[in-house]
Amino acid sequence: MPKYELVLLKNMMQPGYTGSLKDYEQTGGYQALRNTLGKVAPTDVTGKVMKSGLRGRGGAGFPTGVKWGFLPKDYQGPRYLCCNADESEPGTFKDRQLMERDPHQVLEGIVLACYAIGAQSAYIYIRGEMVLGSKILEQAIGEARAAGYIGKNILGTGITVDVWVHRGAGAYICGEETALLESLEGKRGLPRVKPPFPATHGLYNKPTVVNNVETLANLPHILTRGPEWFAGIGSPPKSTGTRVFCVSGHVKRPGNYELPMGVTVRELVYEHAGGMRSDKPLKAFIPGGASAPFLTPDHLDVKLDFESVAAAGSMLGSGGVTVMEEGTSMVWAALRLMEFFYHESCGKCSPCREGSSWLVQTMRRIIAKRGQIQDLETLTDLCKNIAGRTVCAFGDAEVSPIMSTLKHWRHEYITLIHEAESANLIRPESTGARH
Amino acid sequence: MLKDKYKDEIAEILSRYPVKRSALIPLLYLAQREQGYITEASMTEIAGLLRLTPSQVYETATFYTMLNLKKVGKFHIQVCKSLMCALVGSDTVIGWMKNKLGITPGETTADGLFTLTAVECLAACGTAPMMQINDDYYERLTEEKVDRILADLKTNGTCPLKSGPYLWPEPANAVKRET
Repeated sequence: MPKYELVLLKNMMQPGYTGSLKDYEQTGGYQALRNTLGKVAPTDVTGKVMKSGLRGRGGAGFPTGVKWGFLPKDYQGPRYLCCNADESEPGTFKDRQLMERDPHQVLEGIVLACYAIGAQSAYIYIRGEMVLGSKILEQAIGEARAAGYIGKNILGTGITVDVWVHRGAGAYICGEETALLESLEGKRGLPRVKPPFPATHGLYNKPTVVNNVETLANLPHILTRGPEWFAGIGSPPKSTGTRVFCVSGHVKRPGNYELPMGVTVRELVYEHAGGMRSDKPLKAFIPGGASAPFLTPDHLDVKLDFESVAAAGSMLGSGGVTVMEEGTSMVWAALRLMEFFYHESCGKCSPCREGSSWLVQTMRRIIAKRGQIQDLETLTDLCKNIAGRTVCAFGDAEVSPIMSTLKHWRHEYITLIHEAESANLIRPESTGARH
Repeated sequence: MLKDKYKDEIAEILSRYPVKRSALIPLLYLAQREQGYITEASMTEIAGLLRLTPSQVYETATFYTMLNLKKVGKFHIQVCKSLMCALVGSDTVIGWMKNKLGITPGETTADGLFTLTAVECLAACGTAPMMQINDDYYERLTEEKVDRILADLKTNGTCPLKSGPYLWPEPANAVKRET
């Protein structure tokens, strides 16, 4: 099995490493902060991050330095950093590990980002269910504050950065950055219409940057080892650095694997995650969380970087790779994800709010062998009327399980419908008004 | 009244934000911690504390699944039913729960101890099937584990099988942080 240098998971994989401040400092922790604050100009920090090619690890993959560069240069009032720790994308469980096992790595990244963008306050918006993670972060913030890494006049530089943990309360949509801001303001988590973007009108209408946990955790390493080093990992020039891939489903060893971007799905699944759990071959996989379209065994040699996965018709997204073995019903799998999206639709935009309900109803009808061949057209039609017609990317995400399974496994839908027809199971209510 | 009992905690929460309304979810959590769920009286009180209308508080409170506006059992069992858990047996886990507790998702046992809910993804897909009970995660569930967890909770109110800090796959010699 090829071995790669660990970056983000390196500390926590050491025997005896607890993630305490002492442990973190012993591995060189907070050196980037010491060597940067007051010594490197904030614009140069942004320049280095741009040069590294670091792209957002939450799902959208937007270049981090570019995002920071959108903040108004001459704005005098407060600015904010929000750490997006609302990890809710089904199939994704890396941020939880980064926060619970090496919280100071995340905190150091937060302070560095705040310094670069001129923010004095940062909020870590952590999903409400992660109670343990929020406690560990609060404990770590206390340690860092006592050591002078967080708070007023950090290490005597005159720079102030305060960090607070803010718990969400169970809403997938709050991982969308403007919904996160609404939620942090104490409102329902409904995404905002953009523009204006958070860079100019963010938290409390002030310039704001929202960055994912894993994105921020990369910063100390980029600043210590240099943007060239970072840009040399992975698939330069567009997908640089490592990625913590979360493998779930029918594999022998599910879990988090940090690998350079650009490894193939085949390598990730068969070498690192131990291969399939039984002698049943791989039938399907999702390469980047529930929002990413399903792919087939034909795509096993696709490189896990932003461009290659997009070219294969899916997206690298959050790095959550879910593997399904032969025998899994793809209609069932798509319905399970559709039920998730139906539950999590925030209700702001009609196409998504109403469409998700209709999609679930139609899918349930097909699974229950009460479907008709026209249902496939209905599904496609609904999907086309949702994607691209909503305020946020949720609409595009929710149609991907159905659209991609219809594309690759249409015969499974048709088989279920034929079974329904041949068994003459069509009940009167399913032939009536169609939603 | 929350403001008498938790004066300092409320002041500390308010100090974190430049705009009072941001304290709404933290204060709703406080109310839920106090009574197990959020009552109309506590929402009215919080509205007063934050200078909001009661309907503004209600509007936010009704959006989030973790804020209980109805009473739940002493132990709120939330079994993940999303695809990643379902692939490795979460429906079976829900089946065990139904049999062992005699309730279906959405119900509470007659003694008020357990509420069962089937929920969407809790970000523990690598250690599926899993569930959350109150603040704790329980992962890589087997029937033996489920039996032990339910028995421990009944007798001790806590169970050592709860997981975290999370690291999976675990390297040899991993040490856990004390919290």
